[in-house]
Amino acid sequence: MIIHAQQPIVEVHDLTVSYARKPVLWGVDFTLPSGCIAGIVGPNGAGKSTLLKTIMGLIPPSSGYIKLFDRPVDEVRSRVSYVPQRESVDWDFPVSVLDVVLMGRYGKVGLLRNTGARDQAIARDCLDKVGMAAFAKRQISQLSGGQQQRVFLARALAQESDIYFMDEPFAGVDAATEQAIIGLLREMASAGKTIIVVHHDLQSARTYFDWIILLNMRLVAAGPTDQAFTDETIQQAYGGRLNLLSQVGDVMEKRAFPSREN
Amino acid sequence: MHSLIDFFSFSDPNVRYVVVGNVLLSASAAMVGAFILLQKKALVGDAVSHAVLPGICAAFLFSGSKNTAFMLVGAFITGWLALVAIDYITAKSKIKKDAAIGLVLSVFFGVGMVMMTYIQQSGNAAQSGLDHFIFGKAATLIGSDLIIFSILAAVLLVVVGLFFKAFTLVAFDRPYAQALGYPVRKLDLLLTSLTVLAVVTGITAVGVVLMAAMLITPAAAARYWTDNIRRMVGIAVAFGMFAGLAGAYISYTAPSMPTGPWMVVVSSAIAFFSFFFAPRKGIVPKLYTQRRNQRIIAEENTLKIFYHLGERTGHFNGMRHFNELTGAREVDKPLLEATLKRLVAQKLLISQGDQWGLTDGGWRKATRVVRLHRLWELYLTSYMNIAADHVHDDAETIEHILTPELERELEAQLGYPDKDPHDTEIPKI
Repeated sequence: MIIHAQQPIVEVHDLTVSYARKPVLWGVDFTLPSGCIAGIVGPNGAGKSTLLKTIMGLIPPSSGYIKLFDRPVDEVRSRVSYVPQRESVDWDFPVSVLDVVLMGRYGKVGLLRNTGARDQAIARDCLDKVGMAAFAKRQISQLSGGQQQRVFLARALAQESDIYFMDEPFAGVDAATEQAIIGLLREMASAGKTIIVVHHDLQSARTYFDWIILLNMRLVAAGPTDQAFTDETIQQAYGGRLNLLSQVGDVMEKRAFPSREN
Repeated sequence: MHSLIDFFSFSDPNVRYVVVGNVLLSASAAMVGAFILLQKKALVGDAVSHAVLPGICAAFLFSGSKNTAFMLVGAFITGWLALVAIDYITAKSKIKKDAAIGLVLSVFFGVGMVMMTYIQQSGNAAQSGLDHFIFGKAATLIGSDLIIFSILAAVLLVVVGLFFKAFTLVAFDRPYAQALGYPVRKLDLLLTSLTVLAVVTGITAVGVVLMAAMLITPAAAARYWTDNIRRMVGIAVAFGMFAGLAGAYISYTAPSMPTGPWMVVVSSAIAFFSFFFAPRKGIVPKLYTQRRNQRIIAEENTLKIFYHLGERTGHFNGMRHFNELTGAREVDKPLLEATLKRLVAQKLLISQGDQWGLTDGGWRKATRVVRLHRLWELYLTSYMNIAADHVHDDAETIEHILTPELERELEAQLGYPDKDPHDTEIPKI
């Protein structure tokens, strides 16, 4: 069940990604319409984060390509935000909350110039949107998990992009933060932003997302939630790995075989 | 004292060279070192500083003289090769990074020592003093060297200043930097080159082996004093400069003393001091806070004894004998005595020989602690579904830390109650 968008803003074309020659994603191919909240859903080890990192150009694909706004990602980075997993950074780093949010402006100001008063104002405004305005001067090690996630979100907002890729923004946050975040995402989507969220909770996925990408090393389903997110597709995605797929991957790793002939 | 005045008048041109050279090199090393530390690459600095030795020896063999410019080029090349080797081994083999660093460090330094020995036994007259590059001798700094070091240090300071923001971003959140389109690999390359450059500026004065310490120690010490990266780099630079100055002074007063080791000793002393005494993060302030908390707990518990005796007997302001107090609550007697004396000093108790009684202030404080205890017990039973016979131990701790604001909120949430879960009265002040 793969339904393509009419005028896609995100296009992932026949994407295969490998770690040390072992494919972790096979021939993933889907499109997303603009202004939707899309959930990338699948069991542990399905390759959800890998897919996001590959779209952002952090991992080179073995084959296939990605287009955002019909162009390669390197050409449109100023219009794309990325929220990495919260655990991926050292929260004991000597910077304040405001410093972190200001990093969202670094793409706009460029490599050598410093952020200015306008960037400060935008950063504070974004902190306000996630309900963290009072914490601007706080050192980041003093934040709770939910607050850390809000700070990351504010940093992405400060980029003022059109597409937002978020890796597990609901992992390890309290219910209040989760509701606050989803409310904010809905607001952004109704303002025409496109939001792609890696998520692992099946219960809430149905209500949070209007587009679903169901993944388990290969694409199981993609499309509007009511059509792509059915008991049948969920069963396919969660019913266990395709054993043969894993075995072929192991053989490729062992023999250092390329995933394409040339 | 004379030497101090002589030294700081800078009338001797040699002293000027040494001081300026030392201060410049330690400042630039500390600045680069701060970012190496934050990127968790401290061991890499160590490897580089050892790996420049074969480059220095090769430059000598090639040029036949101790020309500083040649030495720097040679050092730069092998320092750089070492980093490339570490990256290559880590990426292409099963050897992990720490092992690769250890491997590269010892192989490069070993080769350097072999070359050094060969040169020393070759009978070349120009070689005398080459071994200073291992441990450094600031006294050998001359005017022309100083110009080279000043230029290098200035380049380092300017480049780090320019890329401050980018280095911070890469150190904090590498994938995000990449996602923003920052040239992360090129920035790595730049920081690597700066590291080599910083080590190279120190080879004459500090020596290759100890330059690693001048990179990392000031930054590690500075991390104890602040949570702000700009301030941290500034403090690291200040620590480095102080160590440089102190090293120069010591080797000036005792000319047989090598400069490098003294600079390292001074900066290590700063690091030790920071480790033990830095406010909040140091060991001693932490111990002090713990001790203070213990005292507060002991004092408040003692006041509670008086309150409970008061409740039992119906009067709060009588004098109590020491034995009466120890009978009411299981306490360590010497501790109780010490605490009673402190409470008297704080005017919360009055004493007459072996008799002790609450003052007005003491009564208020005792009441408040008991009140907080009972409020918290009630909160635990009504909001957290904990059985009434399980709440006492929790409340024993929480009663000491609740602030007046929390107290008001607690009271409001519980609806201004009169009785705790054991049906005892919650006192009001």
